[in-house]
Amino acid sequence: MGILRTILLRVVYAILLLVAVLVLNFLLMHLAPGDVADTISQSMGGADQEILDEIRVSYGLDQPFIVQLGRYIANVAQFDLGYSFFYNQPVTKLILERLPATLLLVIAAQIAALIIGVVLGVISARKPNGLSNYVVTFLALFGYSAPVFWTGILLLITFSLNVHWFPVAGMRDVTIEGGFWVHFIDVARHLFLPAVTLGSIFLALYSRLTRASMMEVLGSDYVRTAKAKGLTSNQVVYKHALKNALSPVITLAGLQFSAVLSGAVLVEAVFSWPGLGTLAFQSIIARDTPTILGILFFSALVVIIGNLLTDLALRLVDPRVGGQK
Amino acid sequence: MKHILKGIVTGTAAAAVLATGAIAEDSPRKGGTLITVIATNVRNLNPAVQSGIVTGYPGAQLFAAPLRYDEDWTPQPYLAKSWDVSEDGLTVTLNLVENAVFHDGVPITSEDVAFSVETIKAHHPFKSMFAPVTSVDTPDEHTAVLTLSKPHPALMLAMSGQLMAIIPKHIYGDGQNPKTHPRNTENVVGSGPFKLVEYKSGEHVILERFDDFFIDGRPYLDKIVMRIITDPAARAIAYENGEIHMGAFESLPRIINRLKKVDNLTVTDEGYGGIGPLDWLAMNTTKGPLKDVRVRKAIAYAVDKNFIHKALMEGTASNSLTGIHPDSPFYNTNVEGYDLDLDKSRALLDEAGFPMKGDSRFNLTIDFGWPGVKPQVEYVKAALKKVGIAVEVRASADFPTWAARMGEMDYDMSWDTVFNWGDPVIGVHRTYSSSNIAKGVWSNTQGYANARVDELMQMAAVETDPAKRTALYAEFQEIIADELPVYHTNTLPYHTVYNDNVGNPPLGIWGTSTPIDMTYLKN
Repeated sequence: MGILRTILLRVVYAILLLVAVLVLNFLLMHLAPGDVADTISQSMGGADQEILDEIRVSYGLDQPFIVQLGRYIANVAQFDLGYSFFYNQPVTKLILERLPATLLLVIAAQIAALIIGVVLGVISARKPNGLSNYVVTFLALFGYSAPVFWTGILLLITFSLNVHWFPVAGMRDVTIEGGFWVHFIDVARHLFLPAVTLGSIFLALYSRLTRASMMEVLGSDYVRTAKAKGLTSNQVVYKHALKNALSPVITLAGLQFSAVLSGAVLVEAVFSWPGLGTLAFQSIIARDTPTILGILFFSALVVIIGNLLTDLALRLVDPRVGGQK
Repeated sequence: MKHILKGIVTGTAAAAVLATGAIAEDSPRKGGTLITVIATNVRNLNPAVQSGIVTGYPGAQLFAAPLRYDEDWTPQPYLAKSWDVSEDGLTVTLNLVENAVFHDGVPITSEDVAFSVETIKAHHPFKSMFAPVTSVDTPDEHTAVLTLSKPHPALMLAMSGQLMAIIPKHIYGDGQNPKTHPRNTENVVGSGPFKLVEYKSGEHVILERFDDFFIDGRPYLDKIVMRIITDPAARAIAYENGEIHMGAFESLPRIINRLKKVDNLTVTDEGYGGIGPLDWLAMNTTKGPLKDVRVRKAIAYAVDKNFIHKALMEGTASNSLTGIHPDSPFYNTNVEGYDLDLDKSRALLDEAGFPMKGDSRFNLTIDFGWPGVKPQVEYVKAALKKVGIAVEVRASADFPTWAARMGEMDYDMSWDTVFNWGDPVIGVHRTYSSSNIAKGVWSNTQGYANARVDELMQMAAVETDPAKRTALYAEFQEIIADELPVYHTNTLPYHTVYNDNVGNPPLGIWGTSTPIDMTYLKN
């Protein structure tokens, strides 16, 4: 019954966490001077006091903090994330429209970083002092240390401007007409650079960790036994060693999921990827409290689900995890 | 001198000629999809309730205004085939074109004009545009008569560009709040040359030719795609590799200068006179040493505009001396320009009773509302140090933080960017009239009060004679330049970028905030 208990516990934690996320962020948003009425008037090119007051009254911003917080929590409890003053749309609609794009980007980046990271890690672990090790280490650390918006712009200049392999921005080319596969390829082409950019940060983590973990495993007794049985080097590495070396990598990948999500904010801004990151960025600048809180709510949800999946994945590769009561 | 009001009274006669006279330079090609770009997310497509340049571009394509303007600030017929202003300036009659229909096929009538004026009066942030309009009468389907409580020459510009969208009464008059009406973003039924195909927040706005548009043969384009790309570097790359044909409001000097070197691109600052964006150094005239006009002058003499123009703006911005944009016919160049003069600056400070005490004379703070102008602010700090004013730069976490400080006049100096929005009555008066002291951001946050300035603005607002009006604004600008509630430094370097394939790009006074029914693709 380990799995059910884990899930149940996670749900309880999740609810507590979500309430904390909401209250804390609500408080933080209100500590800052100025409000969305100012940004609305900015986007209108200025407004007089009556209009500012009208905006504040109609959105309940003139009420005391506690009243606003109470109303908000009550609404969220009824699965109503509120109405965005800035976008003139319900927050839930706004977020659900953007969520698929972000999930696509984040999952593509995460999977690409994991697969490439693990492969590179294994390659360098097999010859810890070889040239390939240095090349892999250099590439990985380069991706890790370079600011992600800089990597993005650099990739854009190289692959969009110098050679016209990939489009500059957005998620699809609206002038393209055709069936499912035409659009699939179009989205994939748009996805490539942002996913690589976002993945490049995490590639280093995964490859370095795989390398370390792999080297440790390769030195263990059962690997020696496997070799002694006369298995080929590839069989030993991929069938025996890798499975055991993976569990710290998966743990890290789960932990990093939230980091990937926040990394997406910058990547989405550079590539105009129409996802939550762009929305989050704009809402923060606009002080659009309901939208920011809604995004944080969804992000917390995604991270919680991501961690749950990590747990389940760990059980698959390492049965010991679910063993203890 | 170009006259803003030229042709108001003679408009009727001119209109008949112009209504049929399409401007044909090199026979425009029909068809094609123009790919353009918007730098910020669009939130509302209805310019009757939402101001701002982001709504202006799609808004002016979707909705027609009664008038449009040519490059010389002369009104031209658009949805109104002719118009007439009475001798006393108290009635304005609009004669609408007869074949105009909304995108759903319903005829556009004077009822819709009356409804639009009413909606704009109630929900548009620029109250000064239609404040004097007391009623709109509709003697017949194609005649709308606006009755004014006082002469209101600013009405002409307020009836053009994005400022007066004619919206369908049968859609927006259903009792819902027009400001948050669902049809502002979906299933938009407009009156303009293009109709809405798809709007995806954060992604794009796609428009398509409206076949029953009231001007025969227009628009030339089949489709306009407005992609939303917020990163300026990404936009620059997209212009360069041809992914985007045209874009407006590019304002980063480095990117402007880089794009200017690209072979098939044209980069121009034409087309921003109507919006009139200005950068300036605002000074709180109600506080401390800045109360003294000599101190404000000393600051102006110590801040080298030349440095701002050449080093910070890299030659992309123009000089600006007064609160009125240099492209405006009312702009007065004969005012004090405050060329760099450190000795004069020090002398003025001594005279004002602020001698050097140790390292400095006194302390001031300077604020800024967005990161893009940090170099200007840092420069002011360095420049004023030379004359003994110690300046502390106060950063704001974000725009609302800064706006709150401005609204409460909790500042000494601040960098600011303000738009003219057509007639001075709409976007200029608000900064200087004493009745508007610190009413939110972009009002008179300087706390400036001068009875003569108030009087000049009141007189200019109702003066129907263009020459007299120009003279009133000339004096107004002299006083502003002399008393310096605001030290005007430069125009905001907005530029329009388009590639060689684009014919007749929108470079009139309203730039992209006007219908681009005459823009075409060469191949």
